[in-house]
Amino acid sequence: MNLHEFQGKALFAEYDLPVSTGKVIYEAEDALKACRDVGGSKWVVKAQVHAGGRGKSGGVKLVDSPDDAIEFAKSWLGKRLITYQTDSNGQLVNSILIEECTDIAKELYLSAVIDRDSQRVVFIGSSEGGVNIEEVAKKTPEKIIYEAIDPLCGAQPFQARKISKVLGLNAEQTKQFTPMLQNLMKLFVEKDLSLLEINPLVITNGGNLHCLDAKVNIDSNAIFRQPEIAEMHDASQEDPREAEAAKNDLSYVSLDGNIGCMVNGAGLAMGTMDTIKFFGGNPANFLDVGGTATQERVSKAFKIILDDPEVKVVLVNIFGGIVRCDLIAEGVLAAIEEVGVEIPVVVRLEGNNADIGSEILSRAVIKIESINNLADAAKKAVELAK
Amino acid sequence: MSILVDKETRVVVQGFTGSQATLHSEQAIEYGTNIVGGITPGKGGQTHLGKPVFDTMEEAKKSVNPNASLIFVPAPFCKDSILEAAESGIELIICITEGVPTLDMLDVKKRVDELGVTLIGPNCPGLITPGEAKLGIMPASIHVPGSVGIISRSGTLTYEAVKQTTDIGLGQSSCVGIGGDPIPGSSFIDILKLFQEDPQTEAIVMVGEIGGTAEEDAAEYIKQNITKPVVSYIAGQTAPEGKRMGHAGAIIAGGKGTAADKIKKLKECGVHVADSLVDIGSKVSEVLSKN
Repeated sequence: MNLHEFQGKALFAEYDLPVSTGKVIYEAEDALKACRDVGGSKWVVKAQVHAGGRGKSGGVKLVDSPDDAIEFAKSWLGKRLITYQTDSNGQLVNSILIEECTDIAKELYLSAVIDRDSQRVVFIGSSEGGVNIEEVAKKTPEKIIYEAIDPLCGAQPFQARKISKVLGLNAEQTKQFTPMLQNLMKLFVEKDLSLLEINPLVITNGGNLHCLDAKVNIDSNAIFRQPEIAEMHDASQEDPREAEAAKNDLSYVSLDGNIGCMVNGAGLAMGTMDTIKFFGGNPANFLDVGGTATQERVSKAFKIILDDPEVKVVLVNIFGGIVRCDLIAEGVLAAIEEVGVEIPVVVRLEGNNADIGSEILSRAVIKIESINNLADAAKKAVELAK
Repeated sequence: MSILVDKETRVVVQGFTGSQATLHSEQAIEYGTNIVGGITPGKGGQTHLGKPVFDTMEEAKKSVNPNASLIFVPAPFCKDSILEAAESGIELIICITEGVPTLDMLDVKKRVDELGVTLIGPNCPGLITPGEAKLGIMPASIHVPGSVGIISRSGTLTYEAVKQTTDIGLGQSSCVGIGGDPIPGSSFIDILKLFQEDPQTEAIVMVGEIGGTAEEDAAEYIKQNITKPVVSYIAGQTAPEGKRMGHAGAIIAGGKGTAADKIKKLKECGVHVADSLVDIGSKVSEVLSKN
């Protein structure tokens, strides 16, 4: 689960990390009060969306009057911001962060991720901040440090000193950086983060370290024990069909093809998409109905797939391990009646009670292509989608 | 021969009296798995599916001396259950549960490695040695004893590979689902090592997917250490970047973990890559007939 910048910064403040004073607004008229509350005579106004690259797309602006802040808020609230990290629809802007202006002497980079190779939380630091870190890693790998933190010991001061060297910090900044690293690690563990990125971490003209941005992702498996963070969830930042699917414990990702897919299991769902592509078709989505697919979930899945106007045919691929194919077949029939499916449906059932399932499907009011070989089923779906 | 489990393996089920555990334990017992008891805190002293229920692993250990554990407890309690089994001297732990917090797994993985315990999963279908023992949720009917060892990050995709190797008449020595999480208890390499040493296994099928570099690491290991033919399939060739495809581990991030990269690396290391999901069985036949 992603957080907005202002939410990430609120967490940072909770852990004594240096962030700018700021106010978040949801209505343009509140910009004046926000500017006064923040104080000063210059402000940075930032559109809040779950995507990077906002600055280059006009979503971040330096203003020197509250009127300009109001204008900015008016121009963005309710609109969609398109950046290189979003799709062509962009992300809805429903809040604006108004911050005090920070002077910048130097921009650095700091992030933390769960690294699969070392099986540790790893901090990544670089003296090159404010730019695309992947580029830095490619061109000047010597400017990046990777420091793994032991889960039991936590971040140690010597590790902060090591990272400081690569960041190019002086003695005073290194002193500031040590508690900063330890607090970031504490935040990472206590709030179940999966990613934390400060790009840029800046040195101010006064020589102090300051977190100018805060990107925070939370491990969705751990939301159950983070009730405060669960409250921060902003559904407007997600694809509506993906959000609807998530509500029903379905895993759905929308793609740009025209063959709707309903599959049990994430791996098989990807494999089914690949098979469609292999035979010259284009999948409209990834959809995993889960290992314990019930009739209700199959029905719900059908609705979500058919909500996509591009879908010309639906391919159902179920390998019944835990799930019984006869129950899936009943679900497909119920969904067809309930939703009023008018496009062709190809069903491949294999495993647990597959024969009974195929038998049930033959009773459908519309013609269902029941094919128990995946290659043939995929070919049929591709042919029908043309 | 087989790997990890056989008829003699003495299995306890953690979270034994829950509905999923009950369903799958029943099937496992029917299959011939030697389930010697189960653990559900607060229900010690009862009998479930004809087997004794214990409050703690320590009691189970003393009373029925298990050497393997199968875990079905809900995700918030998996860390505790895995550590309880590991600290009690269980040698093989299989955690089926999906949705275990990643940071829990960092702690768990460090401890099981220190203790020398083999952990499979979490978020996996478990493992089966056809004709001997089933410790997991896979459909028994598609498996037959045979010569192909199967390792996979995904559940239903494993079944697909199993079905195809059954259909071509080869069958399986053992099948291991290592799970789709970012921090799995066992890696491809851990299991490849066991299949290399197992005389019954003549060929290995490794089913991977997008995300991480586990397949690339395995490819390098295969090149150096595995003399048996390895056939691989990588799921997610059509997955877009930055979108998590169901499994917590299946995401292409920062341009890393793409199917194309993995396939390239596997081919470079002498692995036989099936072009599509439906070609796994035929690829195994082709490779074995050449050898």
